[in-house]
Amino acid sequence: MSEKVLMKGNEAFAEAVIRGGVRFYFGYPITPQSEIPEFMSRELPKRGGKFLQAESELGAINMAYGCGAAGGNGFISSSSPGIALMQEGMSFLCGAEVPVTLLNVSRGGPGIGSIQPGQADYNQVTRGGGNGDYRIPVFAPASIQEAVDILYEAPSIADKYRNPVMVLADGLMGQMMEPVMLPEPKHAFTSEEIPAAKPWAISGSEKGERSVVKSLRLQPEVLEAHVEHLYEKYAEMEKELEKVECEGLEDAEVVFVAFGTMARLAREAMELLEAQGIKAGMIRPISLWPYPYRAFDGISQKTKAVISVELSMGQMLQDINLGVKGRVPVRLIHRVGGMLPTSLEVVEKTKKILEEVR
Amino acid sequence: MAVNKLFFAGSGGQGVLTMGQMLTYAAMYADMNATWLPSYGPEMRGGTANCTVVISTDKPVSCPLIYEADNVVVMNLPSLIKFESLVKPGGNLFVNSSMIDQKATRDDIHVYYVPANDIAMKLGNARTANTVMLGALVSVAPVVPVEMIYKIMEKTFSGRKAHLLDINKTAFHAWGKEQ
Repeated sequence: MSEKVLMKGNEAFAEAVIRGGVRFYFGYPITPQSEIPEFMSRELPKRGGKFLQAESELGAINMAYGCGAAGGNGFISSSSPGIALMQEGMSFLCGAEVPVTLLNVSRGGPGIGSIQPGQADYNQVTRGGGNGDYRIPVFAPASIQEAVDILYEAPSIADKYRNPVMVLADGLMGQMMEPVMLPEPKHAFTSEEIPAAKPWAISGSEKGERSVVKSLRLQPEVLEAHVEHLYEKYAEMEKELEKVECEGLEDAEVVFVAFGTMARLAREAMELLEAQGIKAGMIRPISLWPYPYRAFDGISQKTKAVISVELSMGQMLQDINLGVKGRVPVRLIHRVGGMLPTSLEVVEKTKKILEEVR
Repeated sequence: MAVNKLFFAGSGGQGVLTMGQMLTYAAMYADMNATWLPSYGPEMRGGTANCTVVISTDKPVSCPLIYEADNVVVMNLPSLIKFESLVKPGGNLFVNSSMIDQKATRDDIHVYYVPANDIAMKLGNARTANTVMLGALVSVAPVVPVEMIYKIMEKTFSGRKAHLLDINKTAFHAWGKEQ
């Protein structure tokens, strides 16, 4: 049994993926996640792994492509504009069915934006910025412990589906410290074990059939069949990877929807509202794709408004509306640009919204 | 005490982030829940630094961000001016009176003037000013057990730094002894 340790988010994230079986890191420094490459450059060589600082984010994602194609468990971390640069690579990874674990410690945008926390990458990570029909599972933990638990499993999920898996944290989570329990390290594949564990990989084995890993399929019927195959896989992921936490929906007058640090802020707003006699509930999507649409069926007839609390101009509203299906008014409480609301601000705005919809 | 919200501010190099971290470690050792959140930005030595600590004795900390604090420590004048308003009514404000010659303006809070740098100098190690201040805070607001502060001190000041343990323990109690 491991003991509780106090760790900075970024370092805990890095430790968690190493314990989850990752041995290869490719990255390019960017605030607010530069502690991750720093940690990896120090720790990976000690644990039989390799750290490589790429010349750019494009270099990093394509190094991970090569690593994954060869059967290695690679990890990439970056922040919003860096993740934007990697979108082409993510489409290629999905097309070629190459696993990799991705972490976005997001900041304010658009463009180079600010280095303060943001959640305006919602559309980028759930809809994808690369070309073609592809999907990437995205998990948005709300505490460092939850992030550790998810990142620990992420390499196995990526391997299982032969697809990238992304974890979306925000700058606050990367910088804060919180006590965590670290899980026992998983076995990491050695290069001798890869041919048996991943027979599809280009592992340099002389036995068996030739492995081909690519996203180019020039014959339309071949590509069509391949895309259909990918979508059978995505349908499986939708069944198996959906994750959500619901609280107090039964008798809630108002229901918050929030992920990451904003869910913790909304959680405190719930307590403050309750002290004022207003019952609030919460739907906290932990997987942003697949999105937990069905959780919205649990909203009661007493609920007068569903409120998204986001560090974006309301990018999650589209998904919330798909879940709510017009049954209840949907509203937004937001701050952007790296500004953060306080729980008190959320309470005041919620009361205004309730007056307006009553 | 169910939840205690604390805020530490000063200039880079004054040990502001360390004060918050020591407290967070002590809370963890005492089996409490705690979060430590630093301000971050394009900052440098001598620039401003602050951190927020939330300690919860029973439940997990819901929110690491605060809109008011039970206890605020200010180590320099800009921090006093900026963060006096953060103290909740009836809360405590700890002012490093060695570096701040102004008085707090509010009368709905408890203000403690702690000459942290002067006390540290008298003890013979100017760098223990933050420990003096942390000791003052814990003696007024016992948010964590003193033994747990000792535990993190013993871990921090070990090996090459072992000679700093005793002076830090003395510094921790120095302000309380003068009262």
